[in-house]
Formats: sequence, C-alpha cells, structure tokens
Amino acid sequence: MDKNFAARRRRDLIIAAVLVALAALAPLLIKDVYVQNILILTLMYAALSQSWNILSGYCGQISLGHALYFGIGAYTTELLFTKFGVLPWFGMLAGGVIAAIIAMGLGYPFFRLRGHYFVIATIVIAEIGLLLFQNWEWAGAAMGITVPVRGDSWLKFQFMRSKLPYFYFALVLCSLAWFVTWWLEDSKWGFWWRAVKDNPEAAESLGVVVFNSKMGAAAVSAFLVAIGGAFYAQFLAYIDPESVMGFQFSLLMALPAVLGGIGTLWGPVLGAAILIPMTELTRSYIGGSGRGVDLIVYGALIVAISLALPRGLVSLFSRSKAKGATR
Amino acid sequence: MTALLETRGVWQRFGGLVANSDVSISVGRGEIVGLIGPNGAGKSTLFNLIAGVLPPTQGSIWFDGEDVTNMPAAERCQRGVGRTFQVVKSFETMTVIDNVIVGALVRNTVMREARRKAHEVLEFTGLAARADVLASDLVPAEKRRLEVARALATEPKLLLLDEVLTGLTPTEAQTGVALVRKVRDAGITVLMVEHVMEIVMPLVDRAIVLDLGKVLVEGKPSDVVRDPKVISAYLGDRHAVGA
Repeated sequence: MDKNFAARRRRDLIIAAVLVALAALAPLLIKDVYVQNILILTLMYAALSQSWNILSGYCGQISLGHALYFGIGAYTTELLFTKFGVLPWFGMLAGGVIAAIIAMGLGYPFFRLRGHYFVIATIVIAEIGLLLFQNWEWAGAAMGITVPVRGDSWLKFQFMRSKLPYFYFALVLCSLAWFVTWWLEDSKWGFWWRAVKDNPEAAESLGVVVFNSKMGAAAVSAFLVAIGGAFYAQFLAYIDPESVMGFQFSLLMALPAVLGGIGTLWGPVLGAAILIPMTELTRSYIGGSGRGVDLIVYGALIVAISLALPRGLVSLFSRSKAKGATR
Repeated sequence: MTALLETRGVWQRFGGLVANSDVSISVGRGEIVGLIGPNGAGKSTLFNLIAGVLPPTQGSIWFDGEDVTNMPAAERCQRGVGRTFQVVKSFETMTVIDNVIVGALVRNTVMREARRKAHEVLEFTGLAARADVLASDLVPAEKRRLEVARALATEPKLLLLDEVLTGLTPTEAQTGVALVRKVRDAGITVLMVEHVMEIVMPLVDRAIVLDLGKVLVEGKPSDVVRDPKVISAYLGDRHAVGA
C-alpha cells in the first residue's frame, strides 16, 4: 500500500514535469501575441487558484476575498518601485510577506467564524480594502499608478517588446504553486488541514491545534497570491484599485478550483486551463457590448459541474478511489 | 503510585442545569474502568470534561500527576489522552489510512514514520484491508473501529471510549470487547462510557455508576450490578425493593 502511495506521488511529479516541459516549448509554435496573452493569464490564474486552494480547498476555509492579497502584492511592488526605487523582485517578496501577515491578522478574529459567516467576512474585508485604496491619495487613489517604462530588463522585470519573459515567469509561478501543494499534500500541515476541513472537533482531539493550522494555511495562501499580484502589476505596467483588487479576482481564483476539483492537487490547473481561455474568448467575441456574458457562462458551468460531478473534473480521472470503495 | 487520572470535586453547570455535581473519581494505571449510568446521568459531560472539550465550572482534573483542568483538548492529546466520539466523527473525505495518519502525527513528525505507525495501528485494530477506502464508505461498525484506531495512533496513556460498543450487533460487540482487552494488554489504561450493562460488566475491572450527575456507586462490577441503588436508578424504586 505504501508502494502505491509513493508511486502515485511520483507519477504526479512526472506528469507535472512533462506538462511544464511542453508548456515551455509552446512559444516555439505559438507566435500570436493574443494567444500568448491568453496562455499567460491561464498560467497566472492556475497559480492563483492553486494558492487559493491551499486555504479554501485543503483547509476548508472558503475565502471570497483573496483579491485583497492579490492587490496587496501588486500595490506593494509598485509603491516600492515608484516611490523608493526598490526592484520589483524585492517588492514582490515584500508584498508576499505583508499579505501573509495581514492574512494572519485577519484570521485572528475571523477564524473563529464558521461556514457562511467566514465567507461573508472575507468578502466584506476585501471590499473595505478596495475602498481604502480608492481613497488613499499617496497610493494614487482611484487614478492608480503607472509603472514608469525603463526599457526591457530582467532586473526591473519589465518587457515591452516581447511577452515571452512574462510567459516564463507565469510558468515558473504556476509550477511553484503546484509544487508547494504537492509537497504539502504529504506533510503534517497537509494532513492537519484536511482533518480541520472534515471535522475540527475530531482534529482537536487528535492533537491538531485547529486555529494554528488555519493561520498557517492562510499565510501560505496569501503569500503566493500576492506574488501573483506583483506579477500581474508588472505585466500590465499600470494598476488601479479596481483592476487589481476587484471582486472578480476573488471569483477567478475560486472558480477554476471549484470547476477542476476543490481540495485536489490537479483541480485548479485543470479548471484554469478550461475556464480562462473560455472567458477570454467569449469576452473578445462578444466585445464591449456583452459585458458580463463571461460571468453567465461560468455560472452555468459551475451549476452543471456541481450537479454532474460534485468533486470536480478531476474525479473523471481518479477511478482508483472508486474501485476501493464498497459501493 | 498515584492514579493516572483523577477528577477532584468536579462540577459542571449549563445554565440552571447541573450536569455533574461534586464528581471525584480516579482511574489507576492499567485499569479498564467503566463509567455507566442511565440516560442523562452526566456521563458524556464528565467524559468531555476529561477530554478537554470544555473546562469544568468548578473543581480540578489531574492527569499523570499534572493539573490539566484548563488545558485544551489538543494539548491533552499530546500529554497522552486519546478519545473516541459517541457520534462518530471520521474525516469523511480522507481514506482510512489518512484518518489514522492524522493521529499518528502527534508523536511522529516524519511522514514515513507516521505512515508506518498508522499501518501498524490498522493491523492491530483489524482494519488493514480497508486502508485505502474512503472513510465515508465504511460501515458503521468499521467507523467505530476507525475512531479507536485513530485515537490509538496518538499513542495514548489513557484511552477514553465513548459508547463504542453501543448499537453494534452481538458479533460486532464481541469483536469490540476483544479489541478493548487487547488495548489494555498493550499497556493502555481504558475509561469507557457505556450504556449497556451486559456488555461492559464482564469487561471492566471497576465500574463507576453515575446518576443525576453524582457518583452513585463505585466498585467491582459483580457488586455494582447487585447494588439496590443501581437497580433503582436504572429500573425505578419498585424493582429495587425485591433485590
């Protein structure tokens, strides 16, 4: 049995390595900038959703306010860059650390809430964050911050002529988020989180300090999401509160995981690979007149998935679980 | 030698309701002690106080020579208190082995060791063949056994069993009884709450009878079942007269 388990872990790792290699070669074939753009966004949302999945999927604390951490990553990076000349690489890390600290600060009161109350609290807090940034003059308020163009450079993580560097960074970020999840799955924390999700009282009786587990999950999740935010800010070269902290980001982090399989290793990647291209394509075909049609599309998709495959699309691939079952 | 577990003058009030009043019991190392009593006697409350789900209103609880009165459940588990739940609380989306690994992680920080320990416990409890099944797919008797396995994986000094034998078929109950004996033979002290006297009495070294939140009688099972106070508590005064 241990052999099966080890073999499955190794198989996951091999599949991931092959996928990363294939993705890395994709730009050789895909020269179209529009398609490259879609690939970058897909990889980014896969990474974000994977990070969201750590807190909400594994640990079961559903957050619909992760846009806050995304925005914090973006703003920390750009404020440090434009006001103090700090390189985005350091800003990115600083954003991750600040987001993790804020996530724990918010977790301190809110992890005492259960179920729907927790979800509502996360939405409200993210909206408050959005309002604060819209009114914060020093941070550009509603006007936002334009990232000064200093020419293509890895040092400043800025590229105007080609999108490929962004593509590779997004690929690395996505791989990192996946690998962290993979590693956590067979760790003390991973087991504790799943136990907390399924039954906090039983977890407590088995020596799991439930509160600390949630705090740990929140910190890791927020850190990774903020790195994604920093990337997005550099990618757009312009940020304002709505474009990095809007509610749609919270949704777009949750939906791929829900679609692919919440609390699973492959769910977020699979979900993002389907959902994000679809969103982008519907958006561009329908154009400005049909704003919100993409939302209708994934609303319908989620309803269909939760009715037909409540464990997400990945459940189509995992027949081993069903074989072991009695029913 | 001091007792492994002691409650000293424990009271628990829920609003106007007194669930436990001045309960002082002790459990010695290596014993199997049965905590019995009719419905509403305060067994489950006392059990939860010992497990650390909530602190008592008054009084103190001592485990292994240490005052644990205000210690949270997770910490008590680390000190060596393992428990099961009357209404089973399996981790439903996890496999049987993963359920047990959660318990094993208390004393094994390296995953491979925790996994080995979990497999050992599954062998011990007779669940090895079901290791890779989702907990939600187990039949009720297996779920009870999983509760015990999970608690055993924490390598407790004291195992608290909350009605693990209630509601089982006679065959299942016999398997359960054998398992409890095996646990004691492995050197673990057992305190079990049970409702059904016939099952527990042959199993336990000592029985403590609670009634209306107080300790009614305490002693050898054979003496306890003959005690008129116990009979009247269970069956009413009319039957006690004849005894």
